[in-house]
Amino acid sequence: MDFIGKRKIWYTITLVLLLISIISLFVQGLNFGIDFQGGTLLQLDFEKTDVTDAEIRETLAEFGLEKSSLQRTEDSFILKTPELNQEQQNNVLKAFETRVGEFELLRSENVGPVVGNELKRVGILALVIAFALQIIYISFRFEFRFGIAAILALIHDAIITVGLFSVMQYEVDLTFIAAILTVIGYSINNTIVIFDRIRENLKLMRKEDLATLVNTSIKQNIVRSINTTLTVTFMLVALLVLGGETTRYFSLAMLVGVISGFYSSVFIAGSLWYDFVPLVNGQKKVIKL
Amino acid sequence: MRWDKVFVLIIISALIIGGAYLAVDPIKENLNLGLDLKGGVMVRLQAQGEVDDRDIAQIIEIMRTRVDSLGVTEPVIQREGKNRVLVEIPGIEDPESAINLIGKMALLEFKTMNGEVVLTGKDLAEAQEAKNPQTGEAYVGLKFNAEGTKSFAETTARLVKEFPDSPDMRSEGRHIAIYLDGQMIQNPYIAEAIPSGEASISGGFETLEDARSIALLLRSGALPVPVEIIENRSVGPTLGADSINKSLQAGIWGLAAVMVFMLIFYRVPGIIADLSLVLYSLLLLGILIAINATLTLPGIAGFLLSIGMCVDANILIYERLKEELRNGKSLRAAVDAGFTRAFTTIFDSNVTTLLAAAVLFFMGSGTIKGFAVTLSIGILCSMFTAITFTRFVLKALVDSGLAKNTKLYGA
Repeated sequence: MDFIGKRKIWYTITLVLLLISIISLFVQGLNFGIDFQGGTLLQLDFEKTDVTDAEIRETLAEFGLEKSSLQRTEDSFILKTPELNQEQQNNVLKAFETRVGEFELLRSENVGPVVGNELKRVGILALVIAFALQIIYISFRFEFRFGIAAILALIHDAIITVGLFSVMQYEVDLTFIAAILTVIGYSINNTIVIFDRIRENLKLMRKEDLATLVNTSIKQNIVRSINTTLTVTFMLVALLVLGGETTRYFSLAMLVGVISGFYSSVFIAGSLWYDFVPLVNGQKKVIKL
Repeated sequence: MRWDKVFVLIIISALIIGGAYLAVDPIKENLNLGLDLKGGVMVRLQAQGEVDDRDIAQIIEIMRTRVDSLGVTEPVIQREGKNRVLVEIPGIEDPESAINLIGKMALLEFKTMNGEVVLTGKDLAEAQEAKNPQTGEAYVGLKFNAEGTKSFAETTARLVKEFPDSPDMRSEGRHIAIYLDGQMIQNPYIAEAIPSGEASISGGFETLEDARSIALLLRSGALPVPVEIIENRSVGPTLGADSINKSLQAGIWGLAAVMVFMLIFYRVPGIIADLSLVLYSLLLLGILIAINATLTLPGIAGFLLSIGMCVDANILIYERLKEELRNGKSLRAAVDAGFTRAFTTIFDSNVTTLLAAAVLFFMGSGTIKGFAVTLSIGILCSMFTAITFTRFVLKALVDSGLAKNTKLYGA
């Protein structure tokens, strides 16, 4: 496969995906869960097995909470309401007991607005710091142009992951930040491995033109890139399918990030570097490292 | 065939497989599980207004007394930042009442009709719940300290003197209202001066249990400043067990998929990779136990994720190995070259993930910190197993002459 020669195609695909992500982020934003927004989550497992959504909503309506989100899992209901204080929560729970029936409270979470706003701030700060550290490390280990290309690929992965969550309106919770940061740390690996190879080949293949060299470097690494993405994917798919409700969005975010990381490292990063070279050296054959 | 090397290989394989088998129970017993896995309550409190270190220390002390009264094991109560206190109570039966107990200010005030505060919780020597043998009503008996006794005697005497009853009506002024956290619980009439320093709060308690929790709150003292519960999370034991079960399922299937894949794709080295995965898991869990880390649900996710990442080091090495073999190198030379060349790559790629994990560790809290810890230790362990174990075993295998055909290496 000619990665460099067809790079306009990859660039186009990438730009379209990025555009969709960014537009969606501006238009509909993210679906923040209670971790960020503040609110109350109650997970109830009723003894009766034939409890309907309508029954739950009717009870919630008594408290003016009919607009709360309601989600069914295999054996329980997850309700998300605006923040309730302890007394309100007790009243709601009592109402469920009398109107719907006995239940076990599997989980309850109350998050105040202070915590949510703080989490947003800390989350963004953490992202910025993580990006900065990666830039510093790559610039230190490689030359500057590699660094820029790698970081662009990385920003791409982050935007695509956040973008998909915006487009699909998947819920963004506490673990989402962990997922994005891990994606940032992990997906840059693929890019580094390829750049490492380019750097090595620059010494070995002095006579080849740059396009061939970059292509060869990517090809030499493609099996490794695929395999390493696959093994992580196995784990993430297992978590996504079998791991239950709490880690679902975490696995999903990681999965998107990892796949996007594979794509950007193989199709984008090398091409970007190739295009950056003449910006400094003026021609494509002479490179000094 | 070099039998000494073959022997070494057999011993190593047996040690790892046997070790894994034997380690299952000790790991299960000694691993520290987080609240989200074993069930429990987490409450985050924020002190309102200006607070100093002494206020926070006092809040923590009071919280400890309150939580201890619940009779739970190993509660964690610690300061967070400038004005916050985190309370974690594992394995609790009734999370709701625990949260209620923690959130109470416990500010006791005795006020006269004109709003003058005559006594506070500071004047208390004792508070004990009891039941009135005649009416069966629960009440809290109070005993004031010396100073409290004195001022209670003075105040009651003064009120009796100042507000004499008219023959047909009790005087309005002869009441002392008892407020708890700004809410009036009782407004008793003072029949006569009380010099004994004893009083009781009755009314408002449905059960002895209720009276007990108020008595406890009063005994442990009022919080120095108002606090607000800004976050609380509770997980029932059923959900925790369910989470462990599901993660275990996910782990088993994911691990199996990775192992089969490595075996099919890399053949003989694949076996080594699979063994190194087992060793890696043992090492990671062992370290988590040794440093007394707490495993949370995101932590488990991090662990499983790191298994997927851990094989990357093996993949890098074997891909290099195949390449060197294709370039016509001998098996032994190819193994050496594969390791040398792959090492810097493994190093670089792991450092970046470590950087991200470090950011998470320093900026995250609670469960996210747990994730960062598992991920970081995972990365270090995977590097360690790749450059020591994989290398040693692969070399021993080549030296042993057991697998000479380069096809067995996927080349």
